[in-house]
Amino acid sequence: MKDEQPYTSKDFATDQEVRWCPGCGDYGILKQVRDLMPELGLEREKTVFISGIGCSSRFPYYMNTYGLHSIHGRATSLATGLKMTRSDLSVWIITGDGDGMSIGGNHLIHLLRRNPNVNILLFNNEIYGLTKGQFSPTSEQGKHTRSSPWGTVDHPFNLSALALGADASFFARTVDRESKHLRETLRQAHEHKGASLVEIYQNCNVFNDGTFSAFTDKAHKQQNVLHLEQGAPLSFGDPENPSVLTWKNGAVGTVERETSDPESHWIHDPYDRAKAHALSRLSDDLAYPRPFGVLFKEDRAVYEELLAEQERGIAPKRTEEDLDALISGDAYWQVGQ
Amino acid sequence: MAAPKDLTKATVLFAGDSGDGMQLTGGQFTQTTALSGNDLNTFPDFPAEIRAPAGTVPGVSGFKIHFGSAKVYTAGDQVDTLVAMNAAALSSQMDQLKKGGMIIANSNGMDARNLRLAGLQEDRDLLGEAEKRGFEVVSVEITRLTKEALKDSALSNKDKDRAKNMFTLGLVYWLYDRELERTERFLEDRFADREDIQAANLKALRAGHHYGETTELFRNRFSVPPADLPPGRYRNIKGNQALSIGLIAAAHKSGLDLFYSGYPITPASDILHEMAGSKAYGVHAFQAEDEIAAITSAIGAAFGGSLAVTASSGPGIALKTEALGLAVMLELPLVVINVQRGGPSTGLPTKTEQSDLGQALFGRNGEAPLPVLSCASPKDAFDVGFEACKMALEHMTPVMILSDGYIANGSEPWKFPSTSELPDIQPPLHRADDGEYVPYKRDEKGVRKWAVPGTRGAEHRIGGLEKQAETGHVSYDSENHQQMVRERKEKVERIAQGYSRQEVSCGSREGGLLVISWGSTYGAVRTAVERMHKNGISVGQYHLRHLHPLPSDLGDLIERYDQWLVPELNEGQLLQLIRSTYLVDAEGLNKVQGVPFTHGEVEEAIERMIDKRE
Repeated sequence: MKDEQPYTSKDFATDQEVRWCPGCGDYGILKQVRDLMPELGLEREKTVFISGIGCSSRFPYYMNTYGLHSIHGRATSLATGLKMTRSDLSVWIITGDGDGMSIGGNHLIHLLRRNPNVNILLFNNEIYGLTKGQFSPTSEQGKHTRSSPWGTVDHPFNLSALALGADASFFARTVDRESKHLRETLRQAHEHKGASLVEIYQNCNVFNDGTFSAFTDKAHKQQNVLHLEQGAPLSFGDPENPSVLTWKNGAVGTVERETSDPESHWIHDPYDRAKAHALSRLSDDLAYPRPFGVLFKEDRAVYEELLAEQERGIAPKRTEEDLDALISGDAYWQVGQ
Repeated sequence: MAAPKDLTKATVLFAGDSGDGMQLTGGQFTQTTALSGNDLNTFPDFPAEIRAPAGTVPGVSGFKIHFGSAKVYTAGDQVDTLVAMNAAALSSQMDQLKKGGMIIANSNGMDARNLRLAGLQEDRDLLGEAEKRGFEVVSVEITRLTKEALKDSALSNKDKDRAKNMFTLGLVYWLYDRELERTERFLEDRFADREDIQAANLKALRAGHHYGETTELFRNRFSVPPADLPPGRYRNIKGNQALSIGLIAAAHKSGLDLFYSGYPITPASDILHEMAGSKAYGVHAFQAEDEIAAITSAIGAAFGGSLAVTASSGPGIALKTEALGLAVMLELPLVVINVQRGGPSTGLPTKTEQSDLGQALFGRNGEAPLPVLSCASPKDAFDVGFEACKMALEHMTPVMILSDGYIANGSEPWKFPSTSELPDIQPPLHRADDGEYVPYKRDEKGVRKWAVPGTRGAEHRIGGLEKQAETGHVSYDSENHQQMVRERKEKVERIAQGYSRQEVSCGSREGGLLVISWGSTYGAVRTAVERMHKNGISVGQYHLRHLHPLPSDLGDLIERYDQWLVPELNEGQLLQLIRSTYLVDAEGLNKVQGVPFTHGEVEEAIERMIDKRE
């Protein structure tokens, strides 16, 4: 901590000029992260931002903490090595849809299954921005881009389902425009012990403008956004007379709040894996809204703690005599005196 | 029988099916030989398949040991005694025998079925043919005699059969006048919880030894007296093991934890195994999801202040290449080990080669120089491992070590040091009270400071983009790029200032022919040069450990000679470097057959060159 007074948001800004395109969704995310750091009581010297390659991956240069702008797709594995050896640090991974799910897809799923205590902020803009507009692994099928002039035939990833499949212990979705929701989601990610994956819908106003407007425009978002709050019914639509999701024998349905039995309402429990699977697939059916907030979480052993536990069970051999014994082995012989 | 005949040197090759336990047999013979005070060198040669079809030639597993009362630098050119457990082993290894050499053949493994499996006519008389070629054939019913010795055991026939390698070992111990004691202790230990197996193996071992004593099949018995080694404490050590211990010693001397990451790959996996078992020494071992994660997790650990190491073989090193460039760019300490094998692509996974030198020196995008060191032999791997770590930490650079399959699995006696004799390692760590931290400000050696997370006031951002001199901020300025490329290069080149003076390993100190060796060719070249120099030929050996940066006085040494020969297990990669760096008309001796040079091959090449001059 600083000697005189607690850190403020400004303390987390660097002297480097931020170089994203004007209007980029990344600015909003950067602001929320800078604001959040002092709220979480994080110390600059104990915080590390690690990124891969892509527009979002310039992020560490703008955070006055320790930072490493690595190579394409590998932030997750750099962070794993760092966290294994430095469990005292707060480690934040900044990645994107191409960086995290395409070139770095392998490291992402392996990080999730191992479950080190890190936060992954995956900026999903459904496009390659830095290389000027090719389809990404989350671009919708049929999307016309510079590398898919007739529309891409690739089937996109559903990150929440991918994370579930990899046994992620925390997955949440938020969006760049909803600053309060964004900040609160990141706070929950930080509070979760284990790997927290946050998918942030981020508008690329140059190569993929408006891709998420269905979830951000006033006119549509009530119908299209499902806010997840632990212990609250899953409702969406007209605030005066919202629809509520129901869950009966594994089947999803909707009812009107005012006319239905509250007992039938689906109350959100992010620890319920079966329902999490349903939530991850909910908006495959266009009649249903897309979930935002914490889709699922699990209290699962943390990787570096499991390692530390093993180490505690082994008597250390760190003295010079120990090393001498390692060097000599137990079958040595003496020649001469 | 008369007293054992004294020999200065002997080479024994144990060959059998991969399921016959020949590696274990050879390993035990090696330990006992080492403890008897001989100098030695071993070469295990096994198939890439875990269990190739039993009885076939591809399934043959061999273990060669060369031992003596004089210095031994190679695993031996020609074999004095071939132990062959089946027809495939005998037919494929017979050519390795010296003229008049001895064959101990398991006659039960030479029947029609075994001949067929070896791809031979069922009526072939291999033993008769061997006798006709002048070999001394000792035919022993090893399988039957082992079962006979174990007739009172409750073990299954299959388990009894598995003890035949111990019968064989007992017999060879008798032949070379060795004690059984060490192997007895090993068996007691190994099968402490399986008394029946323990008893059977001990019985088979003793039965084999006893058989040698009572039978009159052998015309001779041999004894190899202890070697006249310099005084000190010795142990026998394999290359991968020595390398691993060198890394742990370096971590100890630097006061840092060791982070080791690897992905399973032949022939580097034994380093991963050693490291995984070394938690007590402060080693964090990580089996990564792939080769790229192995190196990038190591870079992450290096950023966090650990001594970070990753090892692989050629194909894995290829995958690590981009990240290696990142380490060059970040200027973080990192040690990358390449235990070379036959290439390209998957190549010959279990065979040795030196064909990744070019990859180590030049295999990165951009101007990305880094120090490259090579191990000369199994024991040398300790020194090289330690030196590489010291270099990486004190010069803030990734360092590549080139070992190979021959060194990794081979073994030799090692006069080991004590910890107190090893130099200290002092990484240029920036402390919180050192004042302002400027990430890429350099000291007189061109080395930047290492500020690890947790150090207050030294928060900084680094990355793979070109950075402004000193500050490390992203910079696309053209003059700055030129400057930074030069700074990184000069930092690495200055490392050569710390080398000791270069001298020849043996032979003529000037004039005549200089043989330049690197890596595991050291032993064969040394043997060849010593033999020829003793015969009055003007030839010397220079062994190159530091492949980059090259020693600054190497040019002067090279100029003292009139001819230059560069033997390599590749198509001439060091040769190119020597020719282009020193502008001399050096010639190559090249072999890519998955096996080391014999000293005979090197001698022939030396003779050819000298004849040409005359």
